[in-house]
Amino acid sequence: MPKNSISSQENSAAFEFKSSIVTVPVIHLFNGDSIRFSEQLQEKVNLAPGFFKHSSVLIDLQDVEEQSIDLDAIVKIIQQASMLVIGIRSGSKEQQQAAKDLSLPLFDKHTETPVTNTTIPEAATLPTPAVCENLLITQPVRSGQRIYAKGDIIITAPVSPGAELLAEGNIHIYNVLRGRALAGVLGDESALIFCSNLQAELISIAGNYRISEDIDDTLRKSPVQIHLDQNALIIENI
Amino acid sequence: MSRIIVVTSGKGGVGKTTTSAAMAMGFAKKGHKTAVIDFDVGLRNLDLILGCERRVVYDFVNIINGEATLNQALIKDKRCDKLFILPASQTRDKDALTLEGVGKVLNELKETFDYIICDSPAGIERGAHLAMYFADDAFIVTNPEVSSVRDSDRMLGILSSKSKRAENNETPIKEYLLLSRYNPKRVKLGEMLSVDDVQEILSLHLLGVIPESQAVLNASNSGIPVILDEASDAGQAYADIVNRYLGEDVPQRFINEEKKGLFGRLFKG
Repeated sequence: MPKNSISSQENSAAFEFKSSIVTVPVIHLFNGDSIRFSEQLQEKVNLAPGFFKHSSVLIDLQDVEEQSIDLDAIVKIIQQASMLVIGIRSGSKEQQQAAKDLSLPLFDKHTETPVTNTTIPEAATLPTPAVCENLLITQPVRSGQRIYAKGDIIITAPVSPGAELLAEGNIHIYNVLRGRALAGVLGDESALIFCSNLQAELISIAGNYRISEDIDDTLRKSPVQIHLDQNALIIENI
Repeated sequence: MSRIIVVTSGKGGVGKTTTSAAMAMGFAKKGHKTAVIDFDVGLRNLDLILGCERRVVYDFVNIINGEATLNQALIKDKRCDKLFILPASQTRDKDALTLEGVGKVLNELKETFDYIICDSPAGIERGAHLAMYFADDAFIVTNPEVSSVRDSDRMLGILSSKSKRAENNETPIKEYLLLSRYNPKRVKLGEMLSVDDVQEILSLHLLGVIPESQAVLNASNSGIPVILDEASDAGQAYADIVNRYLGEDVPQRFINEEKKGLFGRLFKG
């Protein structure tokens, strides 16, 4: 949901939490034989020593859940090969406890999100699954409906009060907007909202929002373009 | 081909049951074999509006639970032999209805009936969801005021996303607007939304306007569907709606205030 536009204008914050996706090499263990593991790992590293140097890796324990493995030894072997273990995935309860003792984060099997310190973003209910990046909607968007698009949303029908449009990109409405329109929901500050008749409950770009009450009366019911300029929403007649 | 029609609104007290009873009787009078089902389990009303409350033996929940057959539970109307009523249970709640059970009953009805009208309860919960799930057509009953319009809009959203047709990607449910309790005089005074206002928000095909009328209350109290009161404005409005739904070209009435002629003024004051 939108954050307060006033607090975001203060640039004094020391840090910011952001979620991002990184690709990490994963070592799938097939058995707990640490000597063979050490030998084979060394062989691989020798093929391209520069490639593996200081590389972070994840250990997948799915195939050795039934076996007893010495996680401490495995981690040490990997470190000796000048790689850094950043966590484990799957594994039995004992193996997960061993990882905890080594201060290694535990990653979820499917989502690869650390289980120990997760804040899973609120899952949006998608009435229409986004097949392509952009979404074209020709039917009225009714109260209570929620539309999410990874790209732009383009709508030719009215958007009712109580309906919600969420786009990672821009939002174009060639009709009346009476509901909420949130563009750039993942933080894209260059996202725009176009609307041929503005009667919105709320408009937002990259978390900077304005409610109906704060929308100038001269702009109501008129065609507008909305963009973000230094954390301020600018609504212009078109 | 039989059609399953849901009469729904979201909001309560807008005239769903009155509309269900009137439309069912209207279809039956036109010679179509019609069943009307009360989905308002726990708050049974349809039997009262149709005046068959003293003949209820088995109900909808009994059939779903296999305690009675459909033929045992269906009540044949005394005024029209094409009309059958399936009452709701008064002693149970909406959880007694199951998706499979409702589907089975509707499939069985489809074999012999032309029109099956599902009288939805208010709200958007289980009862209302089951009433609309299998529908082919939907009559959205709306009063000309903002809260009713918003609730109808919400209901339309549910119809287009949570019905069987929506889930199976079939042709969507056909939606029709029935604007009830309409009073042109109060619209003129700005106390009520106009037909245009409502249509602007809902963008829906208007099947008809039912005027605010004393006849509706009288009909409900005496257990006679208002459509049988042929002299009344509301009765005529429903008759128009039945004909319009069945494909006849009937001009819209009751939208504008009727101008009283000289005689009208003299005799009715």
